[in-house]
Amino acid sequence: MRKDELMRVYTQMRLARGFETRVAEQYQKGRIGGFCHLYSGEEAVAVGAMWHLRPDDYVVGSYRDHAYYILRGGDPRKCMAELFGHAEGCCKGKGGSMHLFDPEVNFMGGYAIVGGMCPIAVGLGYAIQYSSEDRAVLCFFGDGATNQGVYHEALNMASLYKLPVVWVCENNHYAIGTSVQRASAQESMARKAKAAYDLPTYVVDGMDFFKMQSVAERAIAHARAGKGPSFIEARCYRYRGHSMSDPATYRSKEEVDFWKTRDPIPRIKAAIKHDFDVPDEEFAAVDKQVREQLDEAVRFAEAGAELPPDRLYEDLYADPA
Amino acid sequence: MAKISYRDAINQALREEMERDDSVVLFGEDVAHYEGSFKVTRGLLEKFGERRVFDTPISEAAIVGMATGAALGKLRPVPELMTVNFAYVAMDQILNHLAVMRYMFGGQCTLPVTIRMPGGGGHQLGSQHSHSAEVHFVHTAGLIVVYPATPADAKALLKASIRDDNPVIFLEHEGLYNFQDEVPDGIEPAPLGQAAVLREGTDLTIVAYGAMTHVALEAAEQLAQDGVQAEVVDLRTLRPWDKETVTDSVAKTHRAVVVEESPPVCGIAAEVATNIYEIVFDALDAPIERVSGADVPLPYAKDLEQACIPHAPDVVAAARKVLA
Repeated sequence: MRKDELMRVYTQMRLARGFETRVAEQYQKGRIGGFCHLYSGEEAVAVGAMWHLRPDDYVVGSYRDHAYYILRGGDPRKCMAELFGHAEGCCKGKGGSMHLFDPEVNFMGGYAIVGGMCPIAVGLGYAIQYSSEDRAVLCFFGDGATNQGVYHEALNMASLYKLPVVWVCENNHYAIGTSVQRASAQESMARKAKAAYDLPTYVVDGMDFFKMQSVAERAIAHARAGKGPSFIEARCYRYRGHSMSDPATYRSKEEVDFWKTRDPIPRIKAAIKHDFDVPDEEFAAVDKQVREQLDEAVRFAEAGAELPPDRLYEDLYADPA
Repeated sequence: MAKISYRDAINQALREEMERDDSVVLFGEDVAHYEGSFKVTRGLLEKFGERRVFDTPISEAAIVGMATGAALGKLRPVPELMTVNFAYVAMDQILNHLAVMRYMFGGQCTLPVTIRMPGGGGHQLGSQHSHSAEVHFVHTAGLIVVYPATPADAKALLKASIRDDNPVIFLEHEGLYNFQDEVPDGIEPAPLGQAAVLREGTDLTIVAYGAMTHVALEAAEQLAQDGVQAEVVDLRTLRPWDKETVTDSVAKTHRAVVVEESPPVCGIAAEVATNIYEIVFDALDAPIERVSGADVPLPYAKDLEQACIPHAPDVVAAARKVLA
């Protein structure tokens, strides 16, 4: 990869991580309510999986969706405003942290029911196949989703109809507080999918951007070629609890420290320095630019306001029925 | 004007809408090669091919979710759930995805999905295959719920449902599939949310929907033999329902009976009666009577099952009560 491309990877990861840090601050100040799930630690998965997407491809994901939305090209200001519940948010403050959506960047939603987005990805894939297009659908979900019934229904149908879906399972080893070992009879998500749904599967270090983008490139090409779905199990780790209200006492300090040694951001930085001898000042400049962008996102959100109550009933139906 | 069955009327609506709009697609359990478990989709695979009419695995939740996703992808899916009873398996996708998404995402998507599902009791299918599930859908903001009683309405309302940009739950009564009536040639889509006055009268209003419309008409006929002129209003759409037609009728007749096949607790009749009280209380000369399905899971035994479903004598008895 070229230096400018790699610097973009670094920038995206910084932006995704920095955004979550700001969200945590604002949450603690009481400006963000409800459930709020941070993506910190998993950046290489989303940046790598989306690296080879075109603007016309679709992305759907779980409720841990700030990074998907921003990396897809969504406006961080509108994302922060949405978390504040303000009308300037990407869903006018009606969705909140778990339900971001922006058809302009083909981010077709964060969904807060575990596994619930999987058949929606199937439907998007079917619409693509129906139109004989070479677009792809990327569907992000966690290891917990693989124990849901509708997840299995969706994987079966995508394989049966050879739909252009790339399943990206973020195996961060915990479904809220229950470890994979305690919830899934088969600990390998890839093996679980392969055994029943007969599709190409990849197990990849989800803390490594290069490995992620490499398997995603193959999976997306497979989808575009009309060969059907693929499954990527990205083994990764979230540095924070399941949500802002989870102190994550079910994990040992040693375990968290181990995964911090594999932090995807220092890794990409080291890789860039190794290949291109980029001086620290150049990274510092990116960090500064991201900081400013996030300052602006917070300012934008602060300046907004909730929809007035007299607009409560808007957007329920497309046309008066 | 030809007499056709409720089943064929639905089939014609599907056929005509698919001819009219290439984005209309059909899928569900056994809808293609088997032509539907109630044979509603007969001939459609042959006419439109596997691309537009296809069978799915027995995966109700994913059938609905797939329709939702396909609608996000600019198609106009008309999935069939083999019966309304199986919709319970898909409730998360219906109530917590399809119904909420447009609102939750700030109006940024339209979801023109029409889910067809046959339901209702009376065929000795036991508790798990005999639900009148309409209330679950009617309770949910974001959905439109349609329940035609006649072949003409089945055709006109299904055409309207498919063309509507909102999620529509289209309920078909299993007991009506063979019911034949006149359907005008070239019938146009009927507006959703409008009730129909099927019989005019001056002495009381009987409000009903679906199969209960026929029970209401039969009761009205019996009452007429005793000189009582009942007006029969068929709701046709259960959400949003036509308060104006109902309350206008009650303002004229001053008495009302509301008939529902589903159980009474928090039901359609409770909703309709409450609105009558709220809107035209002063016009009422007697308390409203509800005639509802029994508040039990439907039993298998023939007579026991029939005892759960409102029949004309039940409606006549309720009418006598409000007329007393």
